[in-house]
Amino acid sequence: MASKTLYADPRLKKRDDFEDILEERRNSSDLRYALRCYTPLLYKGITPCKASMLKTTVLKSDHVHYVIQQLSKEMGESPDIIKEEAAEILEEMAQSLQLGIIRFFAFTLSKAFKKLFQRVKVNEEGIQRLQQAIQEHPVVLLPSHRSYIDFLMMSYILYTYDLSLPVIASGMDFLGMKIVGEMLRMSGAFFMRRSFGGDKLYWAVFSEYVKTMLRIGYAPVEFFLEGTRSRTCKSLTPKLGLLNIVTEPFFKGEVFDVSLVPISISYERVLEESLYAHELLGVPKPKETTSGLLKARKMLGDDFGSIHVYFGHPVSLRSLAQKKINRSNFNLVPRHIPRKPTEDIQAFVNNTGYRMVRLQQENMVVSPWVLIATILMQDLPGVDSEYLIEKTAWLRSLALLFGAFLDWPDHVPTSKVVASSVALHHNIVRNVNGRVVLIDEEKPNDNSSDDLVFKKAVTVLMCASYRNQIMHVFIRPALVAAAIHTVCNARKEEVFSYFNFLRELFANEFIFTPGNAVQDFEDGCYLLVKCDAVQILKQDFVVTETGQSTISFLVAMLRPFLEGYQVVCKYLSEEVIEGFTEMQYVPAVRIFAVKMIISGSLKSYDVLSSDMQKNCLAALLRLNVLRKTKLADQITIKVNQAAVTRLVDALDGKTPVQKAALARL
Amino acid sequence: MASSSNISELQQNAKERLRIISGHLQKPANREQLRVSANECKAEAADRSLEKTGTIPKRRQDILKWNGWGYNDSKFTFNKKGQAEFTGKRYRLSGMVLPALREWFEKTFGASLEHKTPARSALDPSEVPPPILNEGFVQDLKGTAIPFSCEIEDRIFRAHGHCLHEVFALREGKFERVPDLVVWPNCHNDVQKIVELACKHNICVMPFGGGTSVSNAVECPSDEKRTILSLDTSQMNRILWIDEKNLTAHVEAGIVGQDLERLLNESGYCTGHEPDSMEFSTLGGWVATRASGMKKNIYGNIEDLVVHIRMVTPRGVIEKSCQGPRMSTGPDIYHFIMGSEGTLGVVTEVTIKIRPIPEYQKYGSVVFPNFDQGVACLREVAKQRCAPASIRLMDNEQFQFGHALKPQVSSIFTSFLDGLKKFYITKFKGFDPNQLCVATLLFEGDREKVLQHEKQVYDIAAKFGGLAAGEDNGQRGYMLTFVIAYLRDLGMDYYVIGESFETSVPWDRVLDLCSNVKERIIRECKEKGVQFPPLSTCRVTQTYDAGACVYFYFAFNYRGLSDPIHVYDQIEHAAREEILANGGSLSHHHGVGKLRKHWLQETISDVGLGMLRSVKEYVDPNNIFGNGNLL
Repeated sequence: MASKTLYADPRLKKRDDFEDILEERRNSSDLRYALRCYTPLLYKGITPCKASMLKTTVLKSDHVHYVIQQLSKEMGESPDIIKEEAAEILEEMAQSLQLGIIRFFAFTLSKAFKKLFQRVKVNEEGIQRLQQAIQEHPVVLLPSHRSYIDFLMMSYILYTYDLSLPVIASGMDFLGMKIVGEMLRMSGAFFMRRSFGGDKLYWAVFSEYVKTMLRIGYAPVEFFLEGTRSRTCKSLTPKLGLLNIVTEPFFKGEVFDVSLVPISISYERVLEESLYAHELLGVPKPKETTSGLLKARKMLGDDFGSIHVYFGHPVSLRSLAQKKINRSNFNLVPRHIPRKPTEDIQAFVNNTGYRMVRLQQENMVVSPWVLIATILMQDLPGVDSEYLIEKTAWLRSLALLFGAFLDWPDHVPTSKVVASSVALHHNIVRNVNGRVVLIDEEKPNDNSSDDLVFKKAVTVLMCASYRNQIMHVFIRPALVAAAIHTVCNARKEEVFSYFNFLRELFANEFIFTPGNAVQDFEDGCYLLVKCDAVQILKQDFVVTETGQSTISFLVAMLRPFLEGYQVVCKYLSEEVIEGFTEMQYVPAVRIFAVKMIISGSLKSYDVLSSDMQKNCLAALLRLNVLRKTKLADQITIKVNQAAVTRLVDALDGKTPVQKAALARL
Repeated sequence: MASSSNISELQQNAKERLRIISGHLQKPANREQLRVSANECKAEAADRSLEKTGTIPKRRQDILKWNGWGYNDSKFTFNKKGQAEFTGKRYRLSGMVLPALREWFEKTFGASLEHKTPARSALDPSEVPPPILNEGFVQDLKGTAIPFSCEIEDRIFRAHGHCLHEVFALREGKFERVPDLVVWPNCHNDVQKIVELACKHNICVMPFGGGTSVSNAVECPSDEKRTILSLDTSQMNRILWIDEKNLTAHVEAGIVGQDLERLLNESGYCTGHEPDSMEFSTLGGWVATRASGMKKNIYGNIEDLVVHIRMVTPRGVIEKSCQGPRMSTGPDIYHFIMGSEGTLGVVTEVTIKIRPIPEYQKYGSVVFPNFDQGVACLREVAKQRCAPASIRLMDNEQFQFGHALKPQVSSIFTSFLDGLKKFYITKFKGFDPNQLCVATLLFEGDREKVLQHEKQVYDIAAKFGGLAAGEDNGQRGYMLTFVIAYLRDLGMDYYVIGESFETSVPWDRVLDLCSNVKERIIRECKEKGVQFPPLSTCRVTQTYDAGACVYFYFAFNYRGLSDPIHVYDQIEHAAREEILANGGSLSHHHGVGKLRKHWLQETISDVGLGMLRSVKEYVDPNNIFGNGNLL
């Protein structure tokens, strides 16, 4: 197998090489591969157990038993009836991992993957580390989530390398699919309801089920920290429910340690790209159905480029918790009695969630097309291809300097790389007369109707989703650059204050580890200095001559986000009188933005994305610009107009933001 | 289970065991005559009927090792053939060859007989710091005619307990601070005089009983500038009276366990209190550390056994005015004394419960397929409250360790029988020899009841897959506890250092605690650069209604390490942290001393610690009892 070293910033840990696992599939029999001898190495402390035994263990567990007794007392229902209910929940939820179905998938997926993708590349050193980790401690696999392919791909790879197959937490939606749902169940998926907030029985059965599998070392437990597929290809903020569950056995001393393995799955071209764009624009997500899946077959003719799967270093939960969590706090209540996590546990789990998402980001592979999309997004509807080639080369070196994990082919001129990227993404861009333009841009300046705006928005959002794949590399220096750009005074404290203001504002949009503002600021400054964009003289920032273009580029990269939030603010101050409900919010903002685009007062389309609208709403609620009130069973959101004005002024740089704590600077 | 034909042999064994415990009657040849005529003492003990015959002389060094555990004449060595043997005549193992020990030793630790680390042969007097003597005190002490000494040997002998680092220091290091004076009071009144003088001249008094501490309790605080007086209670070793109506005995606190048992046996009684250190530890020491005995299931721990305590403190004598079996008179003041570890005063006399000697004693053992099953069985036995006098569960490593101590078999028949047993358990019953573990049992009482009890316990064991494995295995398990400390000395001759430590833990946490602590030890060894895999093993040694006592043995080969003792301390510290994180206690019976002080605050809360402090401040405002333990 061919291997290739990707560039790594010396400041970062050395990254592993990749191997293409499809190469062997193209050269040997898929059938033999699917039927080969599969003997994974198991956890050394494993208690052998069948999937059916697992259910009995869970139902008989002290935890579930206790909750059943409690509920029986509360509701006056007989425990037997509640127990039956618990058994039904378990029946609906439980996986029934079977090797036969895995072999079937191994065969069919081999066929499908070979059609869809050019290469599926895996870092084998990561696989070896994982193999080691699986034998030593219970393992939790934490892949990034950009596509339905993710969990099929994970199991496929683990099967290929003779590793224990994982059990996977999946959404209940899949169960709606006839046959396929059951097949997923047999390939190790277990199903959780999307929300079960108040249902104590459900929570008890579900959490006990997951913990039991972890404790006895049944199989690696896999789930998606982001909770759902990211439609924007930006990482989503971590959802903590499952992370709380899998950390508990360690806190309670039931296992010596748990290995958390961040896994980054990067797609050169995401299968669901157009679906996502439509969804973000308010076209409801098609229900998962088997017939829908069969229809999706037509995609098999298309080329979706390469996939990179990077298995990160296993992170020991024990070392993370050292000196942060005092496990003796669990000594005074029997361990099977469920308790709300204490504040320090919550903070620790939250922090761990962010840390793991950051580790996923660190090893996300960025394709040349991502650089191209980033440039295009600043110059819509299109640019000269000469300029594009030049700019791509420039951005490439900047991205490398910032530590991006770039998949750039060796010994190929930039022009060729750009051309082949453009060809691969023919559904987004075309090369027309020496200009690379978004498709449907042949008739420019004809954006008079809603329909056309929508059509264009689909393409723009698809393009944006690729730019988003590199935002994690640029976000810290970009925020510093925006702060320098906005604050006239270049004093470090002032810049930090504004940086901190933006960081807080965008805390739902990008991944910032809570409480880590100073470190984030220092990182951003370090990178700007490293690329010679600024110099820091004593306590002042000085933008260098050559640095001006870099600063402008970084600021422009942020502009769609800033503009988006400004549009929402404008909507709030101009259109909202009393208040609004969450249901009304998204369509109202969309209509407002479309009007602005048609009138020509808004250039950026990003704000049409419901993702950005929701992030903005969450941010404004968090910053107390908006407030939820409950009126007759309906939650209404009230606007603090003064706060909106203050926010708009601050975004424009008209008024200085409140000073952040500077003690540590 | 035992057939009737070999019951006489069993009794023989039981007697043999009693002989071990009380088998050191021979008067040491050069025992000094008492120099002092303690008239007052005699007067006080006027109706005393028993002769004064203590095992431990004033010159401890005459019969005990100066730099290791136990008697001078008893130790493990490798003979010329490279086989291990145990010297002397005192123990069942004495004079026997242990053919399997060498292989076990080399395999477990990666040790080799070629790599020796012998201890220095004699004490270098120049390494012992000169005594700091308070002249006024010495003058006044002479006036009392209570014997005392400031000879180097006497002082160094009372400068340490049996923690690893203490023994290591004796073998090849040095002590920063040792007692300046040793005094041998003969009775309660002597102690009162000594304490009064100590208060008058502001010197530091450290009570010394058997010196078997494994908590740094008798180590002198290195920053103590006052004269340190080691108050050796060994001469206060009389039984003052026995009350057969109430089944109590009033005993001087310096008596060592084996003497107490032997003397009571002569009258047909026993206390039944048998800590593993009972050959050398004293009644006063048990009270001061809240000791626990092997047979507590029948007789209780020290707090259950004690009826009355008399202690001399700087404020005066503390004791209760009657001997009622239970009182509701505020917090029990004896509980300030039990576990006070010599920080408040000297326990001088104790009234302790006694029982008639049991008619019948029987060992037993059960093999379980794995440790989990064994623990489940012990839990069930505790639940049904039918625990025998002693029930202990060894893990697999310890089971193998026990096997390494099997003496050379005398007949082909025995070895054939052993082979058959092994075949039956591993092949026929399918037990994995690397998983199985053994519970050792000791039954005591009326013969009939013992046999009935035995059946009940074996029936429970059978429900957890346990197979009866004979008396011999059981007895060997108990023997291990008496010789383990001797084995440590052998290890130290060959680069192997180790220690045991204990905890108590609720039942539901026993398994998790055992496996996590063992794993932590192994992992810490790796991280600290230990070149060889360590021995990390545990056993459950006591059962209670709500939990169990767990004992860990930990040892490793330190070749290649520059500061093995420091590494050892770090690992033990980590293991203790792991114990606490898994719901275990700071100590079940070893005490806190100075070794575990660090964790006392989090164990008993700020207020709890404040309560103990305020007691100390009232009782001993000038810190006369300044051994620095506990607080």
